Amino acid sequence: MIAYHRPTTLADALTIRAAFEVAVLAGGTDVFPARTARAAWGDPTHKDVLDLSAIPDLRDIEETAEGWRIGCLVTWSALIAARLPPIFEGLKAAAREVGGRQVQNRATLVGNLVTASPAGDGIPNLLALDASVEIAGPRGTRRLPAAAFLTGYRATALAADELVLALHVPRLEGAQGGFRKLGARHYLVISIAMAAGVIATDGAGRITTARIALGACSAVAQRLPGLEAALLSAPRAEAARLVRKQHLESLSPIDDIRASAAYRRDAALVLLQDLLEARA
Amino acid sequence: MIEIAFTLNDSPCTVSAPPFAPLSDTLRERLGLTGTKEGCNAGDCGACTVLVDGAQACACLIPSAQAEGARVETVEAVHGELGAVLARLRAAFLAHGAAQCGICSPGMLMAAADLLLRDAAPDRAAVRDALGGVLCRCTGYAKILDAVLDAAPRAVASPPAGEAVGAGIARLDGVAKLDGTDRFGADEAPADALWLRVVRSPHASARFSLGDLEAARRELGLEAILTAADVPGVNGFGIMPNLKDQPVLADGLVRFRGEAVLGLVGSREAVMAVRDAALPLTWHPLPALHGAAAASAVDAPQLHAHAPGNLLIEGKLNRGTPLRDVAYSEGRFTTGFVEHAYIEPEAGYAQPAPDGIGMEVFACTQAPYMDREETARVLGVAEEAVRIRPSACGGGFGGKLDVSVQPLLAVAARKLGRPVRIVYSRAESMASTTKRHPASITARMSADAEGRFTSYEFDADFNTGAYASWGATVANRVPVHAGGPYRIPNLRNRARAIYTNDTPAGAFRGFGVPQAAIATESLVDDLAEQLGLDRWEIRRRNAIGRGDTTHSGQVLHASAGLPECLDALKPEWDAMLAQVAAHNATAPRVKLGAGIACMWYGCGNTSMSNPSRMKLTLARDGTLTLFNGAVDIGQGSTTVMAQICADALGLPLENFRFVLGDTARTYDAGKTSASRQTFVSGRAAMETGLALRRRILALANAGEDAALALEGTQLRVGSARVIDLATLDADLEAEGRYDPPTTALDENGQGTPYATYGFAAQIALVAVDTALGTVKVRRIVAAQDVGRAVNPTLVLGQIHGGIAQGLGLALMEEFLPGRTENLHDYLIPTVGDVPEIEVHLIEDPEPEGPYGAKGVGEPALVPTAPAILSAIRHATGITMRQVPVLPHRLWEQMR
Ligand SMILES: Cc1cc2nc3c(=O)[nH]c(=O)nc-3n(C[C@H](O)[C@H](O)[C@H](O)COP(=O)(O)OP(=O)(O)OC[C@H]3O[C@@H](n4cnc5c(N)ncnc54)[C@H](O)[C@@H]3O)c2cc1C
Ligand code: FES
Ligand code: FES
Repeated sequence: MIAYHRPTTLADALTIRAAFEVAVLAGGTDVFPARTARAAWGDPTHKDVLDLSAIPDLRDIEETAEGWRIGCLVTWSALIAARLPPIFEGLKAAAREVGGRQVQNRATLVGNLVTASPAGDGIPNLLALDASVEIAGPRGTRRLPAAAFLTGYRATALAADELVLALHVPRLEGAQGGFRKLGARHYLVISIAMAAGVIATDGAGRITTARIALGACSAVAQRLPGLEAALLSAPRAEAARLVRKQHLESLSPIDDIRASAAYRRDAALVLLQDLLEARA
Repeated sequence: MIEIAFTLNDSPCTVSAPPFAPLSDTLRERLGLTGTKEGCNAGDCGACTVLVDGAQACACLIPSAQAEGARVETVEAVHGELGAVLARLRAAFLAHGAAQCGICSPGMLMAAADLLLRDAAPDRAAVRDALGGVLCRCTGYAKILDAVLDAAPRAVASPPAGEAVGAGIARLDGVAKLDGTDRFGADEAPADALWLRVVRSPHASARFSLGDLEAARRELGLEAILTAADVPGVNGFGIMPNLKDQPVLADGLVRFRGEAVLGLVGSREAVMAVRDAALPLTWHPLPALHGAAAASAVDAPQLHAHAPGNLLIEGKLNRGTPLRDVAYSEGRFTTGFVEHAYIEPEAGYAQPAPDGIGMEVFACTQAPYMDREETARVLGVAEEAVRIRPSACGGGFGGKLDVSVQPLLAVAARKLGRPVRIVYSRAESMASTTKRHPASITARMSADAEGRFTSYEFDADFNTGAYASWGATVANRVPVHAGGPYRIPNLRNRARAIYTNDTPAGAFRGFGVPQAAIATESLVDDLAEQLGLDRWEIRRRNAIGRGDTTHSGQVLHASAGLPECLDALKPEWDAMLAQVAAHNATAPRVKLGAGIACMWYGCGNTSMSNPSRMKLTLARDGTLTLFNGAVDIGQGSTTVMAQICADALGLPLENFRFVLGDTARTYDAGKTSASRQTFVSGRAAMETGLALRRRILALANAGEDAALALEGTQLRVGSARVIDLATLDADLEAEGRYDPPTTALDENGQGTPYATYGFAAQIALVAVDTALGTVKVRRIVAAQDVGRAVNPTLVLGQIHGGIAQGLGLALMEEFLPGRTENLHDYLIPTVGDVPEIEVHLIEDPEPEGPYGAKGVGEPALVPTAPAILSAIRHATGITMRQVPVLPHRLWEQMR
């Protein structure tokens, strides 16, 4: 029998998480399909479940001194509906393209991050937003930058007794976010590649900060330091022209059922140009 | 188990359920609300869409525990604002023909209601966004969008006596599809039914040995573990009478991944808890032959004793002597496995009779009589001992012609002496049931200086997978159609079906013709280019028409409307070309292209008797009943048969009641395949109506054109006579039968394989992002000769749905065993992928058909993929000879 815990306080949740080997469940949109896939080929077993959904106060998006705090039960739909500055435009665009409405209404951004799929649409956005991850566990609370949180293909730095409580997005004046997703159909599609960016400009239209990330082109989504450096101080209007092949050298796209590696590399360049072409 | 308290459709509800069970399961299995459907249990299909706290959600992704305290609303909701919105949507879905098989309809309705409760007057884009998470495989979505946008639907008026044929009436079985009460395979089972779960091979080729099953059975708390030894009759099934080559349960050897090995029978909890790894089953994997090329290599191991060289069958057509002419082109083409992706996975139950002989099977099917024959053989009993009661069928498209669950259920129910039920998982359905045959084709075509086609050669290998299924049908049908609907004097066609260790390939809308059309239409474009002719022009010059002779030597005496189809498209073709030229003149990144393709399709089985028989009774109590054995799989045969029969008899539709597709109560109306139901069974329905009419007229001694009217038991015949049915000695009964006239094909494939053919042409407008290789189909205009549109709404539905499937074949669908066994890796078009579609119905009546009608089901799919490929070529200059045209494939060719 699979034990099912649905605590109503965070303290209880942390106690359960520390005491048992459990699978954490928020929106369930990754947990259930994975369970179905295993059962289909004869493995109906499942870890005990720790369902976070009955814990209050985890569904808020709050403005803080440094920026914004996004609770771990915030769904894609909640993000779409929230009044947020333009820096969040990329994340919101991703939210609108995740699955269909049914999934957007239940799935959480944090769940997307913890699943750590190379094709998770939230992840390059969080990298571009320079988000950090608030983690709670028996040793107290810690914060990790999203890039450090993601340690590999579907792997994170989260310990077996910890929970992600929230994401923190720092404020950046004059910043605009953007996102470009490439898939083989219109709705309900896993990305072949995607690009996310946050760009801040000064009064003269020069780029003062550029944070650009690519997803589905490596085991973990990556920022592109070379491209970011090239963009710095450049006129915003010229950004799209500064994208170079060598900016993608750190990527390691793969051949899979959705696309070839060579195509991904080339499509990534196009997505980056499109992303940088777009103006708020 | 926990107690969960929530609000369900406005009423308080408490249910005891496992907390981690999907909410959809709790609604269906514990609360009996089967209106919420399950098509994938992974969030991919949206069939399970419900409202949770007023927002649409997939019930299959919600742990039942999360329902606690929530407001859950399902398609069964009747009260309040939601009830009102659903009522309006239902009326609109009915009026627009937006439900075909109906398996997606509850989810569609809930998703649409979610939108309309927030925004009473949305635009088309908003509706698309709201429905984006619900897949429909039947309709092509256009009518669904129309229905959701229709704020004030008007019911379609019921036509008066004698005017049913030609009326776009709402489907007669539509109401149950829209209120969630229609019973699909998983929606009904006796309360005491045991569950069956099938253990399937994870290997494409392997031997296996079994250990102590009895010990395992006891340890796992099962009622039985079934093996090949438990099959009481012949452990084999298959479509061809002489080729029952697929075991119900494998006997020590498996030939494809997904083959059934063991059947676990017991309580649902028990069978679902078993880990395959815990069973005493040892695998000895063998090298596997993937693809027809590997299987036809000289040193390839032989997979079946009866098939040297792994050749199942070879079909041929020879006429004249092909020669190279002024214009000449040759190409190699490849297509992959395509999955039917009906939204309803196979499901049903078997109920054994206490006598140890009889068996009743309730399951989704396209071919109840064939199921009966197969099930009886497997049980080792007479056919009459088996009753097949078809459930509502949540999509078929050819994939539910072969038996799937039926023999397994029957064997289990016989062994246990109790009813047994099963519901396939999506992965199981995809891994174990048939697919469209992958084809590798070499074809050559020539034309003279005036652009007249002179020669055609076609050589194709079709991968029929591990078992024969419909392989032989493909090999027979393809050579007859391969050259396309054109006058060609010299042909040499060959199609081979090759056994491999891949998933069995069977019937899928078009039986191999869509694959052939991809090759042929591409060559036609080559010839047009070489000769400097417009692509429409070369097709029009060669289009086969009335009085012409087909490639098999059959003269088309009537109903050959391809020239008319092409003429109907001409103005739009010219406009499309102009639009493309204007757009592309500025050398944009996104280029437009226009494409065109034609098709023909023989209705009914190839050179084989395929009769249908119907019965109509007018009882002494005044009830008029049509006993119709044709299974409606969403295409609308129930409605069409009724329309035809009503007019033949001369009474209005309201007078009719129906008994449908039940082998114990109806006659054999053949399979719902080969676009034969409207044509063949429709003609039988007409003959039935006419026969009863003749009896009535004779009884009343009335003239031929006497009008009939039925009120209670009073049957008015003409203006003067009234028959009181209650006073008759017996009920009035009549039968009708029809078998289309065909002849066998000789060794050169010459003869009359079909009594009639459907014809169509389509043009497509696509936009290609030349930087990313992505293709968006913007518009498709179809013209199709349907003989007579018995129900224009249903005909349009078939054409829209066929186009959506053709689009999938062209651009996204590719089944890879072991890799795309779910609906997020196997992509079918969503509501956002289907273009604007316009249809011209051409009605060149078929004298053999009922009121001139002939088949429409398969033809619509055939020209779509080649028209899209033609358009991609127009946009980019690249000829794609492999489908699907995934973005990276087009990009590679453009480099
Ligand atoms: C039909 C469909 C379409 C989809 N389309 C897309 C898409 O287009 N793009 C995309 O990126 N994703 C897509 N997804 C995937 C999915 O929706 C996301 O990854 C989602 O955001 C996961 O959130 P959740 O709350 O549902 O996670 P859950 O399934 O509840 O959990 C996901 C993982 O995160 C862990 N977890 C969740 N919350 C916490 C926490 N607070 N602390 C610690 N661990 C936690 C869980 O243990 C689990 O490992 C799709 C899914 C479906 C079913
Ligand atoms: S059954 Fe829930 S989405 Fe398919
Ligand atoms: S009507 Fe939509 S799937 Fe059949």
